[in-house]
Amino acid sequence: MSVNLTLLTVMGALYACGIYLILERSLTRVLLGLMLLANATNLLILATGGYAGLAPLYNKDTAPGEYNDPLPQALILTSIVISFAVTAFMLGIIYRTWVLARQDEIQDDAEDRRVAKTPSFDAEDDSVIPVETSEFPLTMLGTDGEGISDSQDGASGASGATVKVGDRKLEADETASEEQPGSLNVTPPPSQEGGGR
Amino acid sequence: MNIASFAPLAVVLPILGAALTFLLVRQSRAQRTVSIAVLSLTLLLECWLLASVWGGGTSAVNIGGWLPPWGIVMVVDQFSSLMLVVSSSVSLAVLIYATGQGMADGDQDAPVSIFHPTYLILVAGVSNAFLSGDLFNLYVGFEILLTASYVLMTLGGTGPRIRAGVTYVVVSVVSSVLFLIAIAMVYGATGTINMADLALKLAELDPGTRNLLHVMLLVAFGIKAAVFPLSFWLPDSYPTAPAPVTAVFAGLLTKVGVYAMVRTETLLFPGDTFNTPLMVAALLTMVVGILGALAQSDIKRLLSFTLVSHIGYMVFGLAMSSVAGLGAAVFYVAHHITIQTSLFLVTGLIERRGGSSSMDRVAGLAKLSPLLAVLFFVPGMNLAGIPPFSGFLGKLGLLQAGVQLGTPLAYALVIGGVLTSLLTLLAIARVWNRAFWRKPEDAEHPDPVLLADRADSARGVRAGKSNVTLLPRTMVGSTLGLVIFGVALTVFAGPLFRVADRSAVEMLDRTPYIQAVLGEDVPVPVLSQPGPGPAGDQPAGGQERR
Repeated sequence: MSVNLTLLTVMGALYACGIYLILERSLTRVLLGLMLLANATNLLILATGGYAGLAPLYNKDTAPGEYNDPLPQALILTSIVISFAVTAFMLGIIYRTWVLARQDEIQDDAEDRRVAKTPSFDAEDDSVIPVETSEFPLTMLGTDGEGISDSQDGASGASGATVKVGDRKLEADETASEEQPGSLNVTPPPSQEGGGR
Repeated sequence: MNIASFAPLAVVLPILGAALTFLLVRQSRAQRTVSIAVLSLTLLLECWLLASVWGGGTSAVNIGGWLPPWGIVMVVDQFSSLMLVVSSSVSLAVLIYATGQGMADGDQDAPVSIFHPTYLILVAGVSNAFLSGDLFNLYVGFEILLTASYVLMTLGGTGPRIRAGVTYVVVSVVSSVLFLIAIAMVYGATGTINMADLALKLAELDPGTRNLLHVMLLVAFGIKAAVFPLSFWLPDSYPTAPAPVTAVFAGLLTKVGVYAMVRTETLLFPGDTFNTPLMVAALLTMVVGILGALAQSDIKRLLSFTLVSHIGYMVFGLAMSSVAGLGAAVFYVAHHITIQTSLFLVTGLIERRGGSSSMDRVAGLAKLSPLLAVLFFVPGMNLAGIPPFSGFLGKLGLLQAGVQLGTPLAYALVIGGVLTSLLTLLAIARVWNRAFWRKPEDAEHPDPVLLADRADSARGVRAGKSNVTLLPRTMVGSTLGLVIFGVALTVFAGPLFRVADRSAVEMLDRTPYIQAVLGEDVPVPVLSQPGPGPAGDQPAGGQERR
């Protein structure tokens, strides 16, 4: 299979320029890059159809091997139409970007940046004791209905939060172990509903 | 009568419907009726196609009467018809959801009237890609669905959507160019683009050339399917689109890429040349994807990352190239299309009810809307793979196949699969805890609509329009329908797994596919010896190489 060297060189140059252009930040250049890539590919498909000079049309005297292959040309036509549609759409997007932002540039994803800046410490998942959010606060541990007191409330604890249990204070971390069925610390909950909420 | 003669209707009907809805741009009621009717008709047709190949058998139709190696062929087998039925059911549910949303908001303006024709064209593109029996028609199918998806992605033309649309369009066009280059090289090397013909002729090529073509096709499909190193574009672009659009994209578009990868691996390049790199890619896709999901605070972005992550399971099943692995992958694709779409639809409802899809803003929905909580919980647990749901069954099938294979890499993937499943559960549980279980007062920035009085909380105020129904019955109904469809996949998992296994047997055998396209008397080389295939008495190649 012989290939036209000029077309091959042109194809290579188009690919090189196209790849260079789509790496740019300006949208118009990206579009030009995509168009060059599509055209380079069209030349590649053309090259698979064999060399120039073969019979394009039917003639009863021509031997079967002397005809040009029509299939690559049909493929190229289809791909030209497709790249035309995409180019038109990209132009629409570029115009819209210009209307909205007055700039012809690819913009950063704000949410991406925000997630990247999020510290690995998540207050809800990683803090020592999560703020009680359930409908059933741990007030059953207290006798006076005060339930959980956070460190911000004044009653300071070593690790931030303490729970008043009967007549002594427990570290918040240890309350879970106290909540056993047989634990002496568990007394019937106060009659009034809820804790200090 | 050849059943496949009706297959082109699955493509033609939606296109005709699109033309008709385009004429009815001004009458939104007629437009809705036409598009729902057309899609239902297509779904019925595809169910009939599936029923006719359920027990086995592959049939092909030559479009326009051109004989196989030259003309366009459409092939109906179990895998393609199963994909058609699942994808059309999902698209129908999403369409009803979208019309419900349009009706509830009273949208009469131009961008929404363009929704129906574009959506139908998207469906036509997906059907064309599933049915296509030659590479270039597959490319055309991809382009139809991609061009429609560009329009849907940027619907309304707001700032974030345009930004996301640029990423999406550029990446998709580059992957399409790669695919087209691959097609040109395949044609240059073999002189044909008919897939059945290629299955015979690629085996005769020199291994170096064959590997090059194989890699080109895998990279092009890998971008579309969002396999790990090529998945960067997906979480950036999907979440900004309107909820029904994201839902249908998440369900269908990546799966078309997976479908194309399955065909490439089983039909065109059988044997295990690239199974090891594919397995590594599958492992990375699963683990990196789910780790990304854990870092997100927006539900849509989180779901986009789980989508990427679960593509890894399908690639895993494909890379094992055993009947058990491939069968489980086919089942998993069907399961994942349904579940991922329903989760995105529910997220759309969460966004309507709770005012946002950010986990910092939404809270207390379990109390405000218990139905919504159930709608999220069932597919969420299904995605994480909690027994007895179909997600569990699909993962179980994949893990069993991995253990059967027994190589160290397969065991690594089995462990990675279990880990991914656990981390998916963690991600879903985070959404559940924050959006549904905690009190609105405890959210970082609770949306006002959550703190509103319960009496008037069924209706709210949205961007200049007063009294918008927050949870329209049509939207909830279609989501419920899709969730029930997902549960039905669990209930009927037995027959479904059997048909998936049968399709895996047929795909790995290749003979039914090739003989359905090229004729009964074509000898198909045995797989274990990928040596020179017999020239045989097949029709002469499409093109003499010069």
